[in-house]
Amino acid sequence: MNRIVSFIKTFALWELLKGLSVTQRQFFKKSVTLEYPDEKTPQSHRFRGLHALRRYPNGEERCIACKLCEAVCPALAITIESDVSDDGTRRTSRYDIDLFKCIYCGFCEEACPVDAIVETRIHEYHMEAPGENIMTKDKLLAVGDKYDAMISADKAADAKYR
Amino acid sequence: MAGLLPQFVVNWIDAVLGIFYSLPGWVQYLTTTTWKILFVLIGVILIVAFSTYFERKVIGSMQARVGPNRVGPLGLGQPFADVIKLLIKEVVVPSQSSNFLFVIAPLLSLIPALATWAVIPLNNWYVIADINAGLLYVLALTSVGVYGVILAGWATNSKYALLGAMRSAAQIVAYEIAMGFALVGVLMASGSLNLGEIVRAQEGGFSQWFLLPLLPLFVVYWISGVAETNRAPFDVAEGESEIVAGFHVEYSGVAFALFFLAEYANMVLISTLTAIFFLGGWASPFEGWTFLNDISWLAWLTVGGLPWLFAKMCMFMYTFFWFRATFPRYRYDQIMRLGWKVFIPVTIVWIAVEGAMAWFQVGPWSGLGT
Repeated sequence: MNRIVSFIKTFALWELLKGLSVTQRQFFKKSVTLEYPDEKTPQSHRFRGLHALRRYPNGEERCIACKLCEAVCPALAITIESDVSDDGTRRTSRYDIDLFKCIYCGFCEEACPVDAIVETRIHEYHMEAPGENIMTKDKLLAVGDKYDAMISADKAADAKYR
Repeated sequence: MAGLLPQFVVNWIDAVLGIFYSLPGWVQYLTTTTWKILFVLIGVILIVAFSTYFERKVIGSMQARVGPNRVGPLGLGQPFADVIKLLIKEVVVPSQSSNFLFVIAPLLSLIPALATWAVIPLNNWYVIADINAGLLYVLALTSVGVYGVILAGWATNSKYALLGAMRSAAQIVAYEIAMGFALVGVLMASGSLNLGEIVRAQEGGFSQWFLLPLLPLFVVYWISGVAETNRAPFDVAEGESEIVAGFHVEYSGVAFALFFLAEYANMVLISTLTAIFFLGGWASPFEGWTFLNDISWLAWLTVGGLPWLFAKMCMFMYTFFWFRATFPRYRYDQIMRLGWKVFIPVTIVWIAVEGAMAWFQVGPWSGLGT
């Protein structure tokens, strides 16, 4: 009896019709596509994107060249050289992040004792020439100055979880 | 008429018609036929262009995506953008290939797909060549189309292309037979090889269509048609996951566009042929529903014509896309098994059943072949 039923089902293309009904039902459902340049997904304040170096409100650099970020970086993307600055404090003379090596793990941000290096929410950036993948100290500080409001707001939003 | 148009236009039309009727008969025939061919050709190419768009939209919807929507309103400019892109790309001819065959292979696959439209009746009177052996002509030309594929695979001089061509050849030969047998059933039912006569035999509403009495043959014909056009789930000839792109792996630019056009023209052709053979072609499904004539705004439903054929063709085109979105690719030996060991026996049995039923005047078959 089972054999007869399965024979009839085979010739009625039963399994195929079932498959077709699945796709036909999907056809009438709403599409879930997000049309990217026009629409964007919601983003966490903890999003780890492009790096930035921050300053204190009086304009002084936060970074004290402790090199903890360089030590913790699992991808060896950070290179730091330190020197004594004009006012006698310890400062970095070089602070490079290779964006091609970086894996955006956020360990540098966690390791930093003065909240100097942070990862911003910026994720739509590009390079046009060889060498632009190296974020120098000037570029990092520029990003920090430009997006200071965003970085501060994200830090404040995250403060109660720390 | 005279009131609608300015006098100089009417004069102009009269003058043109006067010149036309003063020409010798063969020139008149040539002119009208050329215009008919142009009309069909432009129609087919436009349908092909927009069917690529609708394919992407339909499959997109079935996969919860939106499909192309960037070029023009709703993305309707996408086919033209694609065509322009393909036209301005370089045609690369591989140095190891057989150049002449490589170049004419796309033409060999496109020309039969377009030439078949000569015998297809679009409505009661619009047919380019109303020949009595129309069905034979259709079968012959759809078989010729495979030469383009085989030559393309051979001339490319690449192992992937050759594999694709061989698969395609074996598959088309296998399914051609089942297709032919399915059409023998249509022939028995209509008693004519002329496509127009086949449609006229189905006039008189939905119940007169060959769909119901020849249901198994319809299913076999339609699935064979999908296999014949090398579409999913029978697209082993292209099999992008196994042999890159099969026979057209080395084709680019315009040459590739011609293969693409041929594939979609064949799909449109098979859809139209299925509509003609089994769904009554241009005939309306509501013919004979006399009460519809009394309701003024529904009366048009009972009138047959090109819109009905177009609607039926679109339905089958949709099924093509639906299959592609649903089924995974058949394994090659299963394709062969289905063609030789399932379809051919089924069609032969149903031809015998149909013959016996028509002879003894049983059920819906009693009217067939009379």
